[in-house]
Order: sequence, then C-alpha cells, then structure tokens
Amino acid sequence: MDRRTVLKGLAGAGGLALTGGLSAPAIAQGAAAKTLRFVPQANLANFDPIWGTQYVVRNAAAMVWDTLYGIDAKFQPQRQMVESEQVSDDGTIWTFKLRSGLKFHDGEPVLSKDVVASLNRWAARDPMGLMIKAIQQELTAVDDRTFKWVLKQPFPKLLFALGKNNAPVAFIMPERIAQTDPFKQISEYVGSGPLKFAKSEWVPGAKAVFEKFTDYVPRQEKPDWLAGGKQVMIDRVEWVIMPDPATAAAALQNGEVDWWENPIADLVPVLKKNKNISVDIGDPLGNIGSFRMNFLYPPFNDVKARRAVLMAMSQEDYMRAIVGDDNSLWKPLPGFFTPDTPLYTEVGGDILKGKRDLDAAKKLLAESGYSGQPVTCLVAQDQPITKAMGDVTADLLKKLGMNVDFVATDWGTVGSRRAQKTPPGQGGWNMFHTWHAGADCVNPAPYTAIRATGDKAWFGWPTSAGTEKEVASWFEAKNLDEEKAAIGRLNKAAMEDVVYAPTGFFLSYTAWRKNVSGVAKGPVPLFWGVSKSA
Amino acid sequence: MLSYILRRIVATLPVMAIVALFVFSLLYIAPGDPAVVIAGDQASPEDVERIRQSLGLDRPFLVQFGSWVWRILHGDLGTSIFTNLPVSTMIGQRLGPTLSLMIVTLLLTIVVAVPLGVVAAWKAGSLIDRAIMGFAVFGFSLPVFVVGYMLAYIFALELEWLPVQGYTPLTEGFWPWLENLILPAVALGCVYIALVARITRAAMLEVLQQDYIRTAKAKGMGQGGILFIHALKNAAVPIVTVIGIGIALLIGGAVVTESVFAIPGLGRLTIDAILRRDYPVIQGIVLLFSFVYVLVNLMIDVTYTLVDPRIRY
Repeated sequence: MDRRTVLKGLAGAGGLALTGGLSAPAIAQGAAAKTLRFVPQANLANFDPIWGTQYVVRNAAAMVWDTLYGIDAKFQPQRQMVESEQVSDDGTIWTFKLRSGLKFHDGEPVLSKDVVASLNRWAARDPMGLMIKAIQQELTAVDDRTFKWVLKQPFPKLLFALGKNNAPVAFIMPERIAQTDPFKQISEYVGSGPLKFAKSEWVPGAKAVFEKFTDYVPRQEKPDWLAGGKQVMIDRVEWVIMPDPATAAAALQNGEVDWWENPIADLVPVLKKNKNISVDIGDPLGNIGSFRMNFLYPPFNDVKARRAVLMAMSQEDYMRAIVGDDNSLWKPLPGFFTPDTPLYTEVGGDILKGKRDLDAAKKLLAESGYSGQPVTCLVAQDQPITKAMGDVTADLLKKLGMNVDFVATDWGTVGSRRAQKTPPGQGGWNMFHTWHAGADCVNPAPYTAIRATGDKAWFGWPTSAGTEKEVASWFEAKNLDEEKAAIGRLNKAAMEDVVYAPTGFFLSYTAWRKNVSGVAKGPVPLFWGVSKSA
Repeated sequence: MLSYILRRIVATLPVMAIVALFVFSLLYIAPGDPAVVIAGDQASPEDVERIRQSLGLDRPFLVQFGSWVWRILHGDLGTSIFTNLPVSTMIGQRLGPTLSLMIVTLLLTIVVAVPLGVVAAWKAGSLIDRAIMGFAVFGFSLPVFVVGYMLAYIFALELEWLPVQGYTPLTEGFWPWLENLILPAVALGCVYIALVARITRAAMLEVLQQDYIRTAKAKGMGQGGILFIHALKNAAVPIVTVIGIGIALLIGGAVVTESVFAIPGLGRLTIDAILRRDYPVIQGIVLLFSFVYVLVNLMIDVTYTLVDPRIRY
C-alpha cells in the first residue's frame, strides 16, 4: 500500500460521507465571513517577485503590487496604473502618464521616479526587459506623474511587456525598494495593489496574510484577468500552506478553508461529489508538458535521434499518466504554443499526429548512429507531473531499444544537474522532464523554452537557426496576421529541429466552497471580485 | 552531581562542533543548488550564477564554513536564503507547535504506555497481555501517515469532533490549543506508545521475578503496591532510557505528522528547507535538534539517579 493510495481512499471515503450534505462543524465556521482562507499551489517561501520568479510568488505579488498595464483574456495589454500614453510617429519615444490618486501601502503617492526605478530593476531580470534595455536610450521621470521611455528603435511589444503576467512581472514598487540589486532580495513589501502584505503574520511555509488596502482606487472597467477594476470584496485573505493534498481536501470538505487553488487529479472526483464545493478549471491556459534532450552529446546531438523519439512518443500516454481518465483535462499538442490562444498553430506538427510508428522510429534512431550508450534520463520523483512523464519516457526509450540510465531524484537535484554541460557520464545528462505554464507559451516573448540560441539557450542548449529567425520575425510583426505567419514558421522550424519534445497540453482544476462567489478563471488566482457569505 | 552536569554540558560543545562540520560538509557535497530554485524555471544560467554569487555560494568550502562558524559563535544562525528572515526567527515561529506536539505526545505516551506495559507484564501470557502486545505490534508497524489519515477521517470528517489541520497557540486558550493537537499526538504517539509499552512489559517481567517481589507478596502487599511501588520503580531505568531515546523518534515522526495535519512546526520547516536547499535553515535546525538530543540524554542520565539511588556520577 503506498501513501497516495491511502490518501485517495480515505479522502474518497470522507467525500462520500459528506455528500449527504452535512453542514460544516462549528470549528470550521469560526472564521469571519470577511476572511478568505486559501490554499495556494505551493509555499510562499520568499516574496520578491523580481528576485524569485516562482509562480506562487508571482500570484501573491499580483495582490500586493500593481502594474502599469494588465493583460486581459484576449492577451491585450490594458491600462492599469497608467492613465494615458503617447508614442512618437517613429515608435521610439513613449510618454506615459500615471493615474491620479495612486498610493503605496505606506501612504506615499506613487510617483514617476518609483516607476523608473521599478522598471530598471525588472528590466535587469526579465527576458523582454533585457531586450528593451538593449535598445533603450533613456528612461526618465518627466514630472511626478509622467515618465518617458526613449528607445533607439521601435519595440512594438512594449505595452505587452509592461502588462504581461509571466514572471517576472513589471510590478511597481517604491523607489527606495526598487533600487535594490535585482539579484538580491528585497526585505520590505510595500506595493500599491489592492491588498497589503501583513509581514508580521507571515510564517513562511505555513501562512501568509493579505489585508484589503482601503486607499486603493480601482479602475472603473470590468475586471478581466490582470486588467480592469480590482474591486476587493473581502477584508483579509489568508494563505494556508498545506503540503499534503489529502489534508487540503479534508480541510476544504470540513469548511476549514474556502478555496484550494490546485487540487490533485486523484482527489477531484471526491470534491465534485460534495454538494458544498464547486470545482472548475482554474487556469484556462493550462500547462504544456515537456522533456528536453541535450543537444551537446550523443545520441541527441543528432536531429535524427531526437526525431525518432518524437516519432515514437504517444502524447496520450503522457497525459493519461498525469491527469488520469478525465478527458476534459488534456489535449494532444502537435506544436509548441498554448491551445485556444490567438497564436496557436499545428504547422509542422505532423510528426506528433496519428498512429505511432515504432519501426520507423527505430530505423531513424539507427541512422543516427546510436550504438547502445546509456541515455541519462533525469526524473524528479517529488513532482507528480515529472514522475509520471519520466515513467512513460523510460518505457518509450526501452521500446526504442535505448539503454536507459534512469536517474530518480528530487526536483532540487534535477534543477542543479540540468545546468551541467559536462558529458552525461560525468555529471551531465541526456534528458530531463519539466512543464511550462500555458501563460508562458502564448507567444515567444516570455517563452524561454522555445529559444534555440545554442550555448545561451535554456537547458539542453538547442540550436535552431530557423527557430530564432522566426522569433525575430514575431517581434517585428506589426499585426496579428504577421504574428500568426511568423509563429507558423517558428513552430515548423522548432519541430523539425526538435527544440524540445512537447508531451501534451493539460489543465487542472480549482475548488472552492459554495459560500464563496466570484471565483474567476485566469492565469493567476484572482482575489478581486471574490466574496464570501457566512 | 553539579560538576557532572557541568562537565556534560561542556562535553556537548565538541559534539556540536562535530555535528556542525558534518552537516555543513554533507550539505556542501549534496546535489542541488538553492540558486537554481530561487531563479525559477525560466532563468538563464547567467541569472543562476549571479544569484549564486550574491548568496556567497561560489566561495570555497572553508571560507563558507569559517564564516558560518564565526556567525554561530556570535549567536547568529544566519539568514534564510529564501525568506530573507533570520533563521532564529524562523525557528522561533515554529518551535511552539513542535514543542506542543511533543509534550502532548510524550504525556499521552507515558499515561497510556506505562500502565499498558505494567498490566501486560502482570497478566503475562493471558489474553490481556496478548491483546496489549498485539496492539503494540500493530501500533509499531502502522506508518504515522496512515494512522493520521484514519484519525482525521473518523474524528474530523465523520464525527466532526476535531479539526483536520492547523495549530492554535496556547495563548488563544487551552481547548483551542489542545483540540488541534489531539489527533496529531495520537497519530505520532502510536509508535511511541507501542515501543514504551513493550519495553515496560519486558522490564517489569524481569523485575517481577526478583526475590523482593516474592517477599512483598508473602508479606501480603496489595497488587497495586507491588506493581507500581516496588516493581515499576526498579524497572524504571530501561523505561526512562527508551522514553529518552524515543525523543529522536518523535522528532522524526513530527516531520510526517506536521505535514499530514498541516501543523506549522519544525518538522515541516526541515522538509521545506531540505527540498529548497535552504542551507542556513537546515544547519540551524540540525544544530538545534542535536543540542536538544544531547540535552535529553543528559536529563535521562540525571533521572537515573532519581529512580535508582545506587547510580552515582
């Protein structure tokens, strides 16, 4: 009997018992209706959204720090802290004016100098920020509410960069905080967002508390992801960190917490049966599973070997290993971009479609010169997603006749070892598994994993001139049609060179008690618009 | 006695120094890199290297170790790489829940296990003895998380008597504090109760065969007096020893129990720190646990003199 089986069985039994509609016990009803108790996907171990780029930090930061622009559900940047902007005819001089009445949580007004310092810190860490910085002539505060960004050449995606929700997000901090070295952590958490961070109540690994910022002036537009009016209806949000999913499931059923961001697939049926709980897809942009092959060493330094793996792999196998039998939670992905988003394409993705041809794959692998050397496959066992994918990959490689050196380890070790460029037998590797948030894969700007700049690329160090050429084309595109054309070509080039192997697209649920209303789908948990009755 | 205690306390210093060197070396050679975790999945190798430099992780082993020891000698356990909070603050935040859990578990164990062991020895070979020993085997064999989930299901979800998770400080009331600890203490205590009950039984069986017990019986002394005044006191040394050794068991068990019941204690802090490679926190906790363990051993040795006057240091 393993631990997961036990927790599933017990949580299931608990769920059935509660299906009868038993009310929550008095213990659970004690919390005020104005306090929302939320179980996040992970521990909030640090709280500097520029220094640490984990999703959980980004999600918490979105409450505390505001942005100049916010991306809406159509991936369009909308004004948030900015009241207006002007751009010169040649597209190189941008002049922005801040909304009036913006205040930080310490009562100080938000000024242009704060914005300039914040953007400087952000630009030192963000891939898009670095691109802007490379063509920046100056970034200056003109007056308290106006700042100017002068570029050496146009950067059409500037507003997207300022509003994107991919970490690191261009959050605005007070100048004194934003002047911190971007590679060092801040120790003061003052923002101008709709909620304040209660540092004194923060117990990393256990609890984080956010209080409504009463001086926040929301925009008048309807809320739409990170755009629009961020109207907070509750006084306090308590993040309760629960490392054990069965405990989180039981606490939600028992009314001890109100909202669980990311229930594991095994426990969703239990929650769905409980009439006091609502379950729905949380982030419609989902995730893209992947494994990366090391371009530096045999066998995957030969494109034929990489293609052989792609030709043989079944995305359905990977997805079922991750989400189980729920077909609504996954889609095949013969491409690299997030499904149901404007730039999604399957151009060039035929190799991942249709019946898997193991014989042809074996033949191609033989042509690559593979001669039975061990293939070091790193698999983090403490992450259910990578563990599931790793097991499928090991089976796949064995079917292809490869000699698998299966390195079962933890995520911390994978994170460290994947950075090693030494040969696989000397501390390096041939393959590792990971996944990417769909929000990071909607276009090439935040999509580090698709870049193929060789030595400077992400782990695996893929080289693909065709891919890089089309990334540049996308950045230069002036309208959606041009963008789509560039992405089609990019997808094809990346698939031909197998920049990485997409294992499929998968979604996950979020669950909340029915006395909570206003839970909206989005790439981050959105706390504005959420209310709770007793 | 006082000089003995002082000598023992002084003797903890080299022990702590060896533990410190051992832990630091292990962490240094262990795979994993906190800079990678901090930088996130999308970070470039250059970003990771910059973070590593800013944390001082690129410095040679001896420099890092020397700097850490120097800070320790000045009473500074360092700052968490991730939270940017002092390690002492983080440990302080987590000490209350873990201490509470251990105290309640320890009390529960002594109150349940010792009488069970005594009764089992008294009724050796009977159905009662077999039932108690059967329970002991069962309790010792069941993993803490299984017991935890079962208890949570029965007493929290089904009967709705107790909360599933969390911790309430004692300052907010005795019952709110206790109600959060009952299920975790029972789950954690199962193994411990089983162990202590078995040792108590074995020690009592040996003592109950001694001549002075027969004499006490011949003198017409009551069963309770024989068991709890004469026999138990003379069987106390191994029982006290195993209770002390069991503290290590409790520390290990607390890691799982605190995760299952979402108690924000040191056990969870340890796991989080290990998974993230938060070296200063790991080192601080291991040092603390080592110190506690050494201290508990000292207390056990002192307790021997109370239960057995023949023992002198």
